[in-house]
Amino acid sequence: MANDENREEEKKGSSPNSVPEPEGAGAGEECVIEATVGKVETVDAESLPGDATIALAEPLMMAERAEGCEAESNDEEPGVVRAAYEHPTAIRITHWVNAISLFVMVTSGLRIFRAFPSFGPKIPEKILIDVPKSLTLGGWLGGALQWHFTFMWFFAASGIFYVVYQIASGHYRTLIFTPRDVPGVWPMARHYFFFGPKPQQTGQYNALQKLAYTSAIGFGALSLLTGIVLYKPAQFSWLAFLFGGFHLTRIWHFAAMCGFLAFIPGHLIMVALHGWSNFYSMLSGWKREPEYQE
Amino acid sequence: MITRIDEKELKRQSRRQLLKLAPVAALGIFAFPKVRDRLVEAGVRFSDWAAGETFRSQHRAQTFSDSEVVPFEKFPYNGYDVLDPEVDLERWTLTVEGDVQHPGEYKLEQIQALPKVSQNTRHVCVEGWDVVGSFGGSLISDFLKLVGANTSARFLEVECVDDYYESIDMASALHPQSLMCYEMYGRPLDRKHGAPLRLQMPTKLGYKQAKYLDTVRVTNVLKAGRTGYWEDQGYSWFGGL
Repeated sequence: MANDENREEEKKGSSPNSVPEPEGAGAGEECVIEATVGKVETVDAESLPGDATIALAEPLMMAERAEGCEAESNDEEPGVVRAAYEHPTAIRITHWVNAISLFVMVTSGLRIFRAFPSFGPKIPEKILIDVPKSLTLGGWLGGALQWHFTFMWFFAASGIFYVVYQIASGHYRTLIFTPRDVPGVWPMARHYFFFGPKPQQTGQYNALQKLAYTSAIGFGALSLLTGIVLYKPAQFSWLAFLFGGFHLTRIWHFAAMCGFLAFIPGHLIMVALHGWSNFYSMLSGWKREPEYQE
Repeated sequence: MITRIDEKELKRQSRRQLLKLAPVAALGIFAFPKVRDRLVEAGVRFSDWAAGETFRSQHRAQTFSDSEVVPFEKFPYNGYDVLDPEVDLERWTLTVEGDVQHPGEYKLEQIQALPKVSQNTRHVCVEGWDVVGSFGGSLISDFLKLVGANTSARFLEVECVDDYYESIDMASALHPQSLMCYEMYGRPLDRKHGAPLRLQMPTKLGYKQAKYLDTVRVTNVLKAGRTGYWEDQGYSWFGGL
């Protein structure tokens, strides 16, 4: 925050109204040199407490005025941008492995569901949802199972690695929804859905984002655990018992997928709305000009 | 952590970080139709291997009380072509061959003379449905003792009157709930459920429970493309629960 004040001060100080524009080409060159000197001093000042920064900046501005030269503020200097390294490599890799495997798991899972699209008894069989074939992967039940049984390993491995990494690195604090985030949910929802004012954001993620990401991790854990039960209900009989038996577990597994199907469109729409720099940050880790302050 | 960074440096760092994602692109190999079939088949084989390695040979599947069993009429008939291959029940014998001390033809009475096990267990179909049924029969392990099978052999192969065929791992065959089943709901198997003899293993999926058994073979080698009717078309061979 101190830096922002600093910048504001500098802008005021260097406004064209109070300072005559330089005329000759020579004067302009001199300006560049001065600005460079100014930058060096300001950067040094950044390491000092806020008050000291302002105190240091003031004499600098006075010097600039005296020289009759418009200095670039530190922020606007060509070639220097605000940026944040938001997504560590481990997060980026697991995000994309997860995105690919989730796509395969959902589409092949829907093909598996088509073989018995019901949660009731086999006799009489009532079709609950007729999933269009075009939305599914694998061609037939056996093919879909091959995709499912292959990508479950990628899904599980990236999911488990992700959670372990989040906890070990402490990075989870930026995105786990806690009771402290509850008051932030409504203002953010009002902004997104009812064109309300945009609330001030202090961290990497707002309350709604935290809620969405935390839920998605929950859906992942639920689909993995229920998937283990459906795959080996006899070997993991204790886990089957926890979910209310094999039959009910199949419903939980489907519900976890519905959770993902609710999360993914919202996630994609928000990514599309926030533009390239935001999207690119999940590829490069770096976000240019983050919209939040620290 | 927001920092201020030189634009060129940011671009350089971004490119460097982007390159670190290269390993993810390896998954793109699944987009090539020529290799992807082999890859997902390998995925199933890996899953089968893991399932076989972690199979708990003495761990019992859940059993149920009589009140939890579905009515006989609600236990589905499932077959791959005909439900009743018109087995001649009078003259039926089971051919036993392979790595056994006493190969030959066995009558149903000889199998029924073994200690009888009755159990209410869950029958799970690969399609996703499940029913709790009531099954009676002899333990496969007792039958293997009767015929003097080498139980350190790896596989049990079965062939059926209707040309269906299956094979299972020895550990699953020896499981204390794996049956040579000749009864359902306290009555002799009816024709559509696989009379006179079928496999019933609560640690295996439905398609492993071959019906109308004709031949049992103890072996160490499975012929490629002859591991099971559905398995040869892409189902998991282990098919364990």
